[in-house]
Amino acid sequence: MTALNMNRRHLLAAASAGVGLAFAGRVAAQTNGPANKLVVVIARGAMDGLSVTVPYGDANYVPLRGGLAIPAPGEANGALALGEGFGLHPALAGLHDLYGQGQMRFAPAMALPVRIRSHFDAQDVLENGGEGLRQQTDGWLNRAIVAAGGGSLKGLSIGAQTPLILRGEAPVSSWAPGGQVRGGDRIASLLQDLYVEDPMLGQNLARGLATEELVGQGQNMDGEDGRLRRNDVLGLGRAVARLMSGAEGADIVAVSLDGWDTHAGQRAQLQTRLTGLDQLVTGLKDGLGETWSRTVVVVATEFGRTARANGTQGTDHGTGSSLLLAGGAIKRGGPIGDWPTLADNRLFENRDLTPTMDIRSVFKGVLRDHMGVDRAALDARVFPGSAVEAPVMESLV
Amino acid sequence: MASSPTDAAIALTRLGLGARPGEIERVAADPRAWATAQIRFQGAPQPSGAFADTAQRVAQYVDYQSDAGLVRRDRRSAPQAGATSTPMAQTAPAPDADPEAVARREARQAARREITQDTAQEFLARAQLGATTDDGFAERWALFWANAVTVSAVKFASGAFVGQYEREAIRPHVFGRFEDLVLAAEQHPAMLLYLDQARSVGPDSMAGARRNAGLNENLAREMMELHTVGADGGYTQADVTELARALTGWSIPTARDQRQTARPRRARMAAAQAQPEANGFIFRLNVHEPGDRTVMGKTYPAAGLAQGQAILRDLARHPATAKRLSRRLAAHFVADDPPQTLVARLEDAWTRSGGDLAQVARALIEAPETWTPQPAKIKTPYEFVVSTHRALGTRPQRIQPLRQALFDMGQPPFSAPSPEGWPDAAADWAGPDALVKRLNWSRTAADTAQAADPSAVAASALGPRLSDRTRLAVARAESRPEALTLLFMSPEFQRR
Repeated sequence: MTALNMNRRHLLAAASAGVGLAFAGRVAAQTNGPANKLVVVIARGAMDGLSVTVPYGDANYVPLRGGLAIPAPGEANGALALGEGFGLHPALAGLHDLYGQGQMRFAPAMALPVRIRSHFDAQDVLENGGEGLRQQTDGWLNRAIVAAGGGSLKGLSIGAQTPLILRGEAPVSSWAPGGQVRGGDRIASLLQDLYVEDPMLGQNLARGLATEELVGQGQNMDGEDGRLRRNDVLGLGRAVARLMSGAEGADIVAVSLDGWDTHAGQRAQLQTRLTGLDQLVTGLKDGLGETWSRTVVVVATEFGRTARANGTQGTDHGTGSSLLLAGGAIKRGGPIGDWPTLADNRLFENRDLTPTMDIRSVFKGVLRDHMGVDRAALDARVFPGSAVEAPVMESLV
Repeated sequence: MASSPTDAAIALTRLGLGARPGEIERVAADPRAWATAQIRFQGAPQPSGAFADTAQRVAQYVDYQSDAGLVRRDRRSAPQAGATSTPMAQTAPAPDADPEAVARREARQAARREITQDTAQEFLARAQLGATTDDGFAERWALFWANAVTVSAVKFASGAFVGQYEREAIRPHVFGRFEDLVLAAEQHPAMLLYLDQARSVGPDSMAGARRNAGLNENLAREMMELHTVGADGGYTQADVTELARALTGWSIPTARDQRQTARPRRARMAAAQAQPEANGFIFRLNVHEPGDRTVMGKTYPAAGLAQGQAILRDLARHPATAKRLSRRLAAHFVADDPPQTLVARLEDAWTRSGGDLAQVARALIEAPETWTPQPAKIKTPYEFVVSTHRALGTRPQRIQPLRQALFDMGQPPFSAPSPEGWPDAAADWAGPDALVKRLNWSRTAADTAQAADPSAVAASALGPRLSDRTRLAVARAESRPEALTLLFMSPEFQRR
């Protein structure tokens, strides 16, 4: 089985090799120990899976991509070998280390249940967890909080705005770097008096102040003072880890990373974005300490990009893309799902990587194995109408 | 129309950017007439300042680009620090001893800084206009249209033109026909650079056959999905690709074009290949994909620039465009989930007038749904900050604190997160962290208002919209800053 002999059956065999190895994390989700942690990173703008989990073993990859192809492992600026004919983008060195430790998995050909190429519609579906457009007004991660913890799990989004994925019935908080609340108590209680008839403002401000308090405590403890610099992704990862630590720490976190819509000059843009993604995960791992062993990080995007390079050293909106899993709770294993190949007759609409798996299957696998959400709740409530899409069959954690 | 302080307070917040001291009394005589009088054929008011126009900015940008090319060449020819080049190492200055190369690099960095600072000053000027104008409705109306056809400064190239874009492509057209607005927007360098159109090449064009270059369908897709008919407007992937083919050749000048324009004889020769238009737009016949195009079932014969323009005009006139933008208008001005009756009124005005935005604006002002006393919208961070200045009768003086506050609240200047523009619902703007950041800003603004009488500010900013609860809280506060913070954070000040 050489890298050049990369075909569908080969990967099926690889994917099923790890089935059945249980991991302690799954037990923890069902006992009264400290809750497991889940971080969902949304790469907004359509992350190019073919540059992230590079299928260098597929004979059609380089002809389709031309100058945008990431070289094979061992070549200059080459991919970091994952085996099975895949490699990670060279900017993802931290994730590659995790892979070596059996703490990273990848799904190379994943997509939403619907075929759309609008960022905004597709992000809505990715986040609301429906089968199609506008079927839910809240997000699946919020519904997972309700289903998993019986209300005890704490949700948090990073960024000034709460993303759809975390909106819904379960109260969640949000936090973004920059600015310290001052004074605090008196003004906060005076404002609550003003908000008696405006519960939305009252509840959200109270939650925001409580989260700010949490960050403040952490900063005093480790002596950091200033605000996070704008492009300090490593620092952001550590700050998020702080918000996930301690008794009041968040259990389920949503982070958005922007800037993946690489229509032109893709090479340089991806280098920057993926370096940031790698630093975010590394910062989380550093900051979480021993909690990392109970953590899963999911990196997902709304769709992939065209298999062929376009006319401006970039790629246009496509279909299948990669999904990454990382964390101390992840179990060692190879690619998740089949590789459809990039052969001409296998491309979706003669332009895109054909997806071989519904992205909800991976989400459901993680929620079942890691957060202890049962199958009935997954099928009916967290991802309504998704019963036909089984959670990923092998144990991910 | 009878005098109404209540309607004046509603008009100044829901249709404007908040009331300045004394404004509610002035507008109370006839709030609807106050808004209608701002509908002027020449468009919305312009921020004041000596800013470069689009043609001047194109020249600056082209210079910057050719300098950037030289700097890249210098870097390639300089010895590399080590074999293990990380992305960070690549952006660090190359260790070279050539003083000319160093000077070029510094000149390029200076040019980039200058352009970025210009854009920041454009933003400050816009915020100052917002804080001081008597035409708050025209200003809000212009901001709506700039957001509906967003150009974001998240890219340096589009950021270099975003000020010119708003002043020259948007503001003059906001009370004209929508198709003229959208045509000006799509042909402006800011949009052509933001959505990668400037470099898209027809594969079968004269240049495409020679070069390894091709289509980029980014602008074509967003034109249909975001600027006109919408994702459910009935087009397919094939329509997107056809439109992308029709748009090939829509571009901006390069250094070569500029040199040729400077020499009339060569300009005539070049005219066969590239036709410079007003406002920094250029049509390059040699990269234009030849042939007829079929979009949404209609065939457009080969006509060069006019082919793409004809398709765009049809998209702008499409009923799905009227429907989608009428709903977006109602959702922006009145309620996140707007009354269907209001959407229908706007759509009707749009359809009957052939997309005359002056008529649509009149319909909005005349609609009874616009005047419901209960405020349903949360102000965006920008509206909130500007309305705070208006309440105090001040204007922002420096860009840095303004930029930082808006960044913290989630709306950094000119930097919408995507071509969809800024979101527009309470859930987008009033999350837990965003409210903490609004509280921070309120305290900062309150700290600077040394002389204000908080009760008077509350009365003049909100008029009859001021609730007894807020009025009492302001009156009983233990300090002037605390009183103003409570006012700015009150539900009636946060909502409009």
